[in-house]
Amino acid sequence: MKDSKDRVTDISTEVGFAGHVFRNPVTVASGTFGSGIEYSRFVNLNALGALTTKGVSAVPWEGNPTPRVTETPSGMLNAIGLQNPGIEVFIERDLSFLEDYDVPVIVNVCGHSIEEYEAVVERLADDDRVAMLEINVSCPNVSKGAIQFGTDPALLSEVTKRCRAKAKDKPVIMKLTPNVTSIADMARAAEAAGADGLSLINTITGMKIDIYKRRFAIANKTGGLSGPAIHPVAVRMVYEVTHAVDIPVIGMGGIASAEDAIEMMMAGATMIAVGMINFTRPDAVTDIIAGIGDFMKKTGVRDIKEIIGVL
Amino acid sequence: MVSYEMPMDKIRQKAIITENISIAPGVYSMWLETGTLQEAAPGQFLLLYLPDRSRLLGRPFCIAELKENRIRVVYRAAGAGTAELSRLTPNKGVYIEAPLGHGYPLDEDIIKGRKIALIGGGLGAPSLLFLAEELKEKVTAEDSIRVVLGYRDGSMKRFLADDFISLGFETVISTDDGSEGIRGNVIDALKETGYSPDLIYACGPMPMLSAVKKYASDEGAAAYISLEEHMACGVGVCLGCVTKTVKEDPHSHVRNARVCTEGPVFDARDVEI
Repeated sequence: MKDSKDRVTDISTEVGFAGHVFRNPVTVASGTFGSGIEYSRFVNLNALGALTTKGVSAVPWEGNPTPRVTETPSGMLNAIGLQNPGIEVFIERDLSFLEDYDVPVIVNVCGHSIEEYEAVVERLADDDRVAMLEINVSCPNVSKGAIQFGTDPALLSEVTKRCRAKAKDKPVIMKLTPNVTSIADMARAAEAAGADGLSLINTITGMKIDIYKRRFAIANKTGGLSGPAIHPVAVRMVYEVTHAVDIPVIGMGGIASAEDAIEMMMAGATMIAVGMINFTRPDAVTDIIAGIGDFMKKTGVRDIKEIIGVL
Repeated sequence: MVSYEMPMDKIRQKAIITENISIAPGVYSMWLETGTLQEAAPGQFLLLYLPDRSRLLGRPFCIAELKENRIRVVYRAAGAGTAELSRLTPNKGVYIEAPLGHGYPLDEDIIKGRKIALIGGGLGAPSLLFLAEELKEKVTAEDSIRVVLGYRDGSMKRFLADDFISLGFETVISTDDGSEGIRGNVIDALKETGYSPDLIYACGPMPMLSAVKKYASDEGAAAYISLEEHMACGVGVCLGCVTKTVKEDPHSHVRNARVCTEGPVFDARDVEI
């Protein structure tokens, strides 16, 4: 903490990421914000640094049976199963909707096979409405594909290379799972295969049992844990990964305040994503953006880039 | 089309608890007062955020009554969160988001000249109370209304039944064990009264709603049922609370309507339950 004489008024929150410049480092975690259609009623989408959309696949996905969500201490488990209407509806409806806003779009891509990832990447490679592609190789809730690609370094390398090859000039960000022994090893594999950036962490696989009904709390038995409960794990993993690779990282996992966001950037993240807390406070993301500015002014940080990876 | 006219502070608001009392074993009636005049339709719901901030998700409750800026919620202390809620005393503040979702259709062409039944099972009754109050204003001499309320047994003290009776509606009670009213479920009770509705509004546990759907289909009656599902956001983003629909819907494209947004009230013919 600096003295009050160091208080500044002219601050820059711009960050560069994989060749793009974003007005601030804050996006939303895929799957916690839809495509912004619903939350646009409550949140000024143009305030976001970027908007990351819910995972989209080549064809519509039905997702898992209900119950799909349950609360846990300072968090929640979910097993939605990447329900989505498929890339064609996404392009026609969601990307068209976002055209009316001045916010860079990061599209999260999911697939059951490398070919399915490739099909979505190819479909978006020439679309000017898309800034970057985030490849979801880490969803714990679909039985086939997804997390398998994120837990086996050889498969991760393969899917990274093939998406990179189809993405043309779009940056390809690989979204990593924490459900591995060494996330740094996975990060190195993605970097070596040509990833332009990394997102971490996806949810941590968990389980909850209703002891009175003797049933799993969610129909899929296991679900992904998110929310403030996982924040310290996410900070540790972002720190490990940013010390293992040179490509930039979008840090996420339980960020619920500007302080959490600053902490994640000090651990090494170039950008951060606000996730589960959107469900309970849709305006949390804009509060966090404002709070980052307040922190900078209060502590004499003129340029947000000064704090990235200070530890 | 997306609507932009609802700023966050319009649906998220601080509410003060003015009453929170037990009305049956494990069942509580709570009145909340907000700073502004409330608008809501019967069947819509609210999310209530608990003071213990380690419990992050809002609890969805139907609106049981609405009087200007006062909202009534009737709930069961089913888990640790609702147990915490039941211990809150008057003058405590909580955050709520309301109103959410789509309620019971009450257009004149739907209700005019119909024989209406309100069927509630257990904690389904509160959602129908608000509906009953609204219907009382709308119905004419040509219409008729019966209320059927099902309870586990007499120990549940037929909670809320007197509220329906004081509105002037003939109210039939059923219990699983016959310890109060007619022995059996709500459909048994409805049949026993000899009343044949052609319009049903229902809220209750899923097996009851399935039975109502089947009854309505067999008897050629229209039925609007209010579903319950675990949810995180309450506004259509998380996709936690979906229900299977008969036809492909314009949102999901995979026949998964959102209970919080397209519902919680559905035409029974449209959902696969």
